[in-house]
Amino acid sequence: MSTPGATGLILEEGLLFEQSVPGRIGFSLPAPDVPETDPKTKLSKNILRQKEAALPEISEVDSVRHFVRLSQQNYCKDAGLFPLGSCTMKYNPKTTEAAARISGFANSHPLASPEAMQGNLKLIYELQNYLAEISGMDFVTPWPAAGSHGELTGMLMIRAYHTAKGNPRKKVIIPDSAHGTNPASAAICQYDVVTLPSNKDGILTADAVKAVMDDNVAALMVTNPNTLGIFEENIQEICEIVHKKGGLVYCDGANLNALLGIVKLGEAGIDVLHFNLHKTFSTPHGGGGPGAGPVGVKKKLEPFLPTPLIIKENGTFKVERERPQSIGRVKAYFGNFGMLVRAYAYIREFGPQGLRHISEMAVLNSNYIRKGLEGAYHLPYSKPSLHECVFSDKFQKEKEIKTLDISKRLMDYGFHPFTIYFPLIVHGAMMIEPTESEPKASLDQFIEAMQKIAKECEENPELVKKAPHNTFRSRLDEVKAARELKLRWTV
Amino acid sequence: MRYIPHTNEEIQAMLKSQGKRSIDELFQSIPDSLIQNEPLKLPAAMDEMTLLHHMESLAGENHTLSRSRSCLGGGVYRHYIPSAVGDLIRRSEFLTPYTPYQPEIAQGTLQVMFEFQTMVAEMYGMEVANASLYDGSTALAEAVLMARRIGKNRKTVLIPLAIHPEYRQVVQTILQGFGDHLVETPYAANGGIDRGSLNDYLNEDLAACIIPYPNFFGIVEETRDIIEKVHAAGGLVIFCVQEPLSLGLFESPGAYGADIVCGEGQSLGLSPSFGGPFVGLFASKNEFVRQMPGRLCGMTTDSKGRRGFVLTLSTREQHIRREKATSNICTNQALCATQMTIYLSLLGKQGFKKLAELNWQKAEYAKQKLAAVPGVRLTHPESATFNEFVLTLPRPADTVLSELRKSGFDGGIPLERWYRSLHHCLLVNVTELNSKEDIDALAVELKGALQS
Ligand SMILES: Cc1ncc(COP(=O)(O)O)c(C=O)c1O
Repeated sequence: MSTPGATGLILEEGLLFEQSVPGRIGFSLPAPDVPETDPKTKLSKNILRQKEAALPEISEVDSVRHFVRLSQQNYCKDAGLFPLGSCTMKYNPKTTEAAARISGFANSHPLASPEAMQGNLKLIYELQNYLAEISGMDFVTPWPAAGSHGELTGMLMIRAYHTAKGNPRKKVIIPDSAHGTNPASAAICQYDVVTLPSNKDGILTADAVKAVMDDNVAALMVTNPNTLGIFEENIQEICEIVHKKGGLVYCDGANLNALLGIVKLGEAGIDVLHFNLHKTFSTPHGGGGPGAGPVGVKKKLEPFLPTPLIIKENGTFKVERERPQSIGRVKAYFGNFGMLVRAYAYIREFGPQGLRHISEMAVLNSNYIRKGLEGAYHLPYSKPSLHECVFSDKFQKEKEIKTLDISKRLMDYGFHPFTIYFPLIVHGAMMIEPTESEPKASLDQFIEAMQKIAKECEENPELVKKAPHNTFRSRLDEVKAARELKLRWTV
Repeated sequence: MRYIPHTNEEIQAMLKSQGKRSIDELFQSIPDSLIQNEPLKLPAAMDEMTLLHHMESLAGENHTLSRSRSCLGGGVYRHYIPSAVGDLIRRSEFLTPYTPYQPEIAQGTLQVMFEFQTMVAEMYGMEVANASLYDGSTALAEAVLMARRIGKNRKTVLIPLAIHPEYRQVVQTILQGFGDHLVETPYAANGGIDRGSLNDYLNEDLAACIIPYPNFFGIVEETRDIIEKVHAAGGLVIFCVQEPLSLGLFESPGAYGADIVCGEGQSLGLSPSFGGPFVGLFASKNEFVRQMPGRLCGMTTDSKGRRGFVLTLSTREQHIRREKATSNICTNQALCATQMTIYLSLLGKQGFKKLAELNWQKAEYAKQKLAAVPGVRLTHPESATFNEFVLTLPRPADTVLSELRKSGFDGGIPLERWYRSLHHCLLVNVTELNSKEDIDALAVELKGALQS
């Protein structure tokens, strides 16, 4: 079998600004049909723009070529395997894209009257219920724009919950394997972060939680399955310990793709959980966003849900704009609505059995890769994993080859690399999440490429250290980028 | 299932190679007590045809009026989007990659980011811009957080009541843990900032003063006097721009001396989409770049000396700095930023100016026409506005709006929703999509509605 490889016709393309020719335009301006008053005659010179914005001057043809050429410099999920661990790079259905572009959704204005937007409100209301059912939570707020924004929203609710009881508390416990957004979000809510070490099996133990849990802890933030892809098997006991001291348990739901229809985290004792619709429910990542990060909560947190709330009354949907104990608004308007439409359509196409099948195949694929790479790469934790698996560069280090080198070499074989150097508890982590979208053949190709690289590390280490060789650009100088800081074009 | 390729034979072969007999064995690490035995209570699966039919009928339950007969603005603007924008943005290579953490195979995304940063900086008249935040409201909250970091012990932030009310609410929510240092300042009779209300706060505790530009009433205000005083007190000036097209006509915040500028980019090529996804814009002076939230793309070279782009200054960010990061943001609005970049590449330098002028002219025309309706007056007649303005009606605005809707017009937004005392006031937005004919017809309908 051969791997996809990486050679081809990728064109060089300058910056838009370098192609600018004075007088050129790519826009068809509508003819004025009202009197063409000169702004200078009615507005004070003090307030009129003096120096024009140096936007490029190019034709539509120039623009289209520019963006087509640039696009061709990108690797993307639609081209093949994109096994970034923790990111759940699954196939993004074309149908859900089509759904979001239906004019009735795309052209609906958020400040129109609620009677005029019943379709949107119904969709959001139903999606909230679907997510609640999937996670075992009681209520869901759909407004946060991404996972991290969901964490912030969830932690603000937790703060409001404790404050209502008389004391916001001071600390949040976060395992050392957690994603960086967890401590960063807790910090915005003015909490001190207590870092909790995972044990030698890569999971949290009840004893470790007990040791740091006191009545100044507002919450424990866990990720389950955790960032090693391992299910936190002590989760029920851990939740009990936290609850006993009056704390709450927040779950980062980034890894929900392992659990659809298999586990409802709410039943394990989780109080607050965020979803990443751009992971589990396949809204496209778009080169870094947009996403959506709805948050599910248990009944006791309902009073603190952010505004607005969508209420169903006699078959009509109403918008409740204020609630006495609500944390308030977390974003203008109605969240990243376009992403909610896509996630809704995704859930409706799969249905209950389909969703479970997603998780089953995601876990099957990940374990197939794990098995295929065991021996060639070091597996720091031997406990069974679910939707992703984490290796390290320990074996290759002997030849002074690092995870970074291996990931770069993988590009020459035509694959996007896995997530590197995360979670932080694994030195030289290689975190692999194939998702359910990949057929066996593509997994076999990936395994083959990784096996070949392992061999190259032994036989021809320089080849790996200088990779990639076949890509549009070779290794980029990040030190120079940070030192010489050039963040925009200037003449 | 069309998105999951596995055949039964493949599943069996894959299980076997792992020494497993069933799928259930893959989940053995999960305590039995947590494993679900019942299927999820969700509606049954749908085929594509049925699904799209269902989605269309849901969308059909909205009553979205013709775009040219709508005067809804309030931070979400209807503008014409060229066909090329929709075509390019659908490309898989923009739509389906992740954040460009592997720059060798993501130069397209990175170069667009660099171009986006340049365009935002140019529009705002600022030195440096980031690669996007979620939207205008969260960008403003980030601006306030950044000003508080720079100001160290300075705690007061002045936030005018005439700023977009939902932006103000978001700032209040996100900063609630910081104590009570957000001071809401009233607006003057002309709809602009009430100068007198600021005086008490021009001292060593002032972290920042926010200037909405345009404000929620559509007013574009000259504030050099305020900027001078805030700077003299050692505070920072944050401009918040809810309609960036206005900057084709009005002076850039940078030219006034703004320290941080943030705002919404939706009006530059993104559809209203019920309020999102949009794109938060964020820029500052160079000296503050290490305090910026969000991703930054920088220019560099590869090992063969060729120009290329990478994410840079990531030591500010959560994946490295964790609780000490400048922001918690990870996923941003990259695709929306790309869409805005494509739109602005087409509009260009001249188009940006001409389209802004056209919007202003249309709104000036509509102002005259609508204020001439008996009983109707301009609420802020002396203030400059861009493509949006406030009318005072002889009756509560929401009752007039229901009348107008019957004749097919979305006449605007009733300000009472956020400002109790403005229950007769209507916020009217006019863009290039509203033809003269539509504006004339709206004036006739408004007259009729007020007589009924
Ligand atoms: C485990 C984990 N938590 C949180 C996040 C943050 O989510 P987002 O990027 O949507 O803000 C991510 C994703 O990047 C993640 O992998």
